[in-house]
Amino acid sequence: MMDVEALNCQELVELVTDYLEGALAPGDVRRFEEHLGACDGCQAYLEQLRATIRLTGSLTPDDLSAQAESALLDAFRTWHS
Amino acid sequence: MEYRDEQLVAALRAGDEEAFRTVVREWHSSMLRVAQIFVPTRSLAEEVVQETWLRVLGALDRFEGRSSLKTWVFRILVNTAKTRAQREGRVVPFSSLHDPTRIPEAAVEPERFLPDDHDRHPGGWSAPPRALPEERLVASETREVIAAAVEKLPANQRAVISLRDVEGWSADEVRNALDLSEVNQRVLLHRARAKVRSALEDYLR
Repeated sequence: MMDVEALNCQELVELVTDYLEGALAPGDVRRFEEHLGACDGCQAYLEQLRATIRLTGSLTPDDLSAQAESALLDAFRTWHS
Repeated sequence: MEYRDEQLVAALRAGDEEAFRTVVREWHSSMLRVAQIFVPTRSLAEEVVQETWLRVLGALDRFEGRSSLKTWVFRILVNTAKTRAQREGRVVPFSSLHDPTRIPEAAVEPERFLPDDHDRHPGGWSAPPRALPEERLVASETREVIAAAVEKLPANQRAVISLRDVEGWSADEVRNALDLSEVNQRVLLHRARAKVRSALEDYLR
C-alpha cells in the first residue's frame, strides 16, 4: 500500500519545472526528493530534462540581417538629426 | 560592450549609433520570437520588430526608467504586434498567453505510466526513461533536433523557452516583458521543455 502522501512518477514529472524554479512548497520539495532518491526512472527523467535545458542553451539566436540592420540604423540617424 | 540601463538610454538619446546597434542585435532574436506569438509569419515578425524600434525611438524622450529599458521595449513590441495582428485580420486568442492552463497538457504521454488502478505502482513508469548516451548528446545533429523541436512548439511556448533557455532571461524578466503571471510563465516553460525533452529522447532512443 502506497503512502497517500507520496508522489507517483506521473505526478512527479508535472512538478519538475516548479522544482527546478524553486516554486515548490517545502513539504512538496521533500516529497519530490524522497521519490527521486528511490526512483531510477524519475532520476533519468530529470537528467534528460537538464540535458534538454543545457542543449537548448547552446542554440544560436537568430541574427539580424544586414539589410534590416542598416534600415534601422538609417532610421536611428534620421531620428537623431 | 555591455551597457547599464541609464548609460544605454543616455547613449541612445545622444545618438550613439554603436549603442543602438548593440541593443538592436542583442534583442533581435528575442523580439522576433515574441512578435511571432501574435503574427503568423517570420517576415511579418521582422516588420513588427522594425516598427517597434521606430516607436521606441519616437517615445524614448518619455522613457522614465520606472521599468527596465528591456521591459519597456518589449511592452511596446507586444502592443505593436497585437495591433499588426488585428490589422492582418488575425484573432489572437487571449488564452495563448494568459490562460495556458485552460487546456491541460501532459508532460509525458500517459501511456508511459502504469494505470491508476495498478495494484503495486499506480502512476509509476511502465516505460521509464533511460540515461542518454553522452557522446551523442554533444553531436551537432542532436542540437539540430533540439532546434527543430523548439521551432515546432506553439508560438507562446516557443517564445518563453527561447527567452529563458536560449537567451538566458530570468523568470521575472520574461514575466515583465510579456505581462505574464508567475504560474503561467512556468506552465508555458514546463510544456515547452517537456516537448523538447520528448523529441530528444525519441531521437536518441
